[in-house]
Amino acid sequence: MAEKEIVISVKNLVKKFGAFEANKNLSFHVNKGEIFGFLGANGAGKTTAMKILCGLSAPTSGEISVAGYDVYAQREKIKRNIGYMSQKFSLYEDLTVMENIRFYAGIYGIKKNLIKTKALELLEKLHFLEMANTLIGSVPLGWKQKLAFSIAIIHKPEIVFLDEPTGGVDPVTRRQFWDLIYDASNRGITVFVTTHYMDEAEYCDRVCIMVDGRIDALDSPDNLKMQFNAANMDEVFIKLARNSDYEKV
Amino acid sequence: MKRFKSFVLKEFRHIFRDVRTVIILFGIPVAQILIFGYVVTNEVKDAKIAVLDLSKDEMTIEITNKLTSSGYFLLVRNLNSEDEIEEIFRKGEAREVIIFEPEFSSNFVKYGKANLRIITDASDANSANMLTNYTSAIVRDYSFSQNKSSAVAGQILAQSRMQFNQNLEGSYMFVPGTMALILMLVSAMMTSISITREKETGTMEVLLVSPLKPAQIIIGKVIPYVILSFGNAISILILGYFVFGLPVNGPLGLLLAESLLFIMMALSLGIFISTISKSQQVAMFISMFALMLPTMLLSGFIFPIENMPEVLQWLCNVMPPKYYITIVKNIMLKGTGFEFVWFETLVLLGMTVFFILLSIYKFKIRLD
Repeated sequence: MAEKEIVISVKNLVKKFGAFEANKNLSFHVNKGEIFGFLGANGAGKTTAMKILCGLSAPTSGEISVAGYDVYAQREKIKRNIGYMSQKFSLYEDLTVMENIRFYAGIYGIKKNLIKTKALELLEKLHFLEMANTLIGSVPLGWKQKLAFSIAIIHKPEIVFLDEPTGGVDPVTRRQFWDLIYDASNRGITVFVTTHYMDEAEYCDRVCIMVDGRIDALDSPDNLKMQFNAANMDEVFIKLARNSDYEKV
Repeated sequence: MKRFKSFVLKEFRHIFRDVRTVIILFGIPVAQILIFGYVVTNEVKDAKIAVLDLSKDEMTIEITNKLTSSGYFLLVRNLNSEDEIEEIFRKGEAREVIIFEPEFSSNFVKYGKANLRIITDASDANSANMLTNYTSAIVRDYSFSQNKSSAVAGQILAQSRMQFNQNLEGSYMFVPGTMALILMLVSAMMTSISITREKETGTMEVLLVSPLKPAQIIIGKVIPYVILSFGNAISILILGYFVFGLPVNGPLGLLLAESLLFIMMALSLGIFISTISKSQQVAMFISMFALMLPTMLLSGFIFPIENMPEVLQWLCNVMPPKYYITIVKNIMLKGTGFEFVWFETLVLLGMTVFFILLSIYKFKIRLD
């Protein structure tokens, strides 16, 4: 098998908020085209770590490179090569579907004549053409989510970061959403996704489980289940979380 | 640049798509200027008075006629006894009663002196004061003319002139103040709300991850409001000129430049507010309490600063509208040039820089 290309490399990442250590010495890497799951309970530090990778927040210390660029010195270059979708889907409710697409395509510097074809392509793929001129505010949640994801990768980034992208939607829609993620991954886009749904963890190529700011486990879902002697990821997670509780007591 | 353009375009869409925003931006300024100009006024015009004439001679009738023909007063009733005075005030039928003593004109002829009493409804102290002043001025004027004809000399008479606003037009006072209020409201409140909205909906995060630089995001958000606020300033001036006859005696270019500076100041204040507020509601309340009330009360807009307790005067000195209102009054009414407003200009400039630096500092903290 050919040598895998590494697109995210993190060595000894530490992030402190005053006395509180949100990320305790994290080290991991993500391969190109991989779907990399970042799991953990609320407050385990996964969003903090992701924000550092996106350049939204500065690390306290550690060696980190994203898409081949250094997070300290080359933040602007990183920004051009990543896509980001936040928990809240982040579309403008008072703009139409089309206007949202054009806006985001515009700020990513896609040329004007290309924006239109790209936008139509995107809508057609989502079977969304007839909704082009609807205000986002009146589009159902599941659709919004798919749209937000498609917009996050409209500029063909190397990596797309998804921060708990499936919050609040039903399992069927979630499944459909994951089809989009697979599709992006097949086209060579690396997907970095945080979630606390354990069933979603099964869809990832590799999973990193965070507990109390540390990485407690990192492997493919199958290997993890074997290692922890568990039937599914849920059990893996509960076993790890229990450890954390023992530690606290 | 292209990225930036699509950002500004989006911002305009937000503004014009929301009916409430459009009303706040365009409806309120016009309504406010008209309300302040017409309703809130210190002028005396057709004030209702009643007369209790106990002598009913030619002189008292002449004085009464002089009062009513001045345009300031309107005679609503002739009273027959003092008992009616309280009743007429209670009912609000008149705001002032004038009582002539019996034998008014014969007293005047005999002793060179006659008495009349002015009683005003002082539940509204300001206007009561003003009515008294107007009435005494007219009576004094009359007595002077009588003295002249009867050749009694040796009286000293002070004549006053209200420089820069001879007719004491209320609009002269209120238009500059309203301009400050509206620019503050539109610029600071609207920007702080619109930036906080991006934070609240999570779109700010996405923008920060995008290749747009933070400065571009902020400037992009602010530009539409600069343009619209400036348009507002101009329309207020036009309204002031055509509806209230408010002159622009000084250089118009300077006035516009100072307005632009004040808009910048308000915008930087708005940006600062957005960095300290978590939600649109908070941003709005801060804008209301920290901007609206001081602009109205502590800027010399309605109440003269010199008459305030010293502590409040200090407070006034840190209120940006105070300086802007001074500048506008100087340029519009006194017709002065830059040499008389440079200090105020410098203060506004300093405040703008201060708030921008403070916002950048706050913003950095949030990133780290």
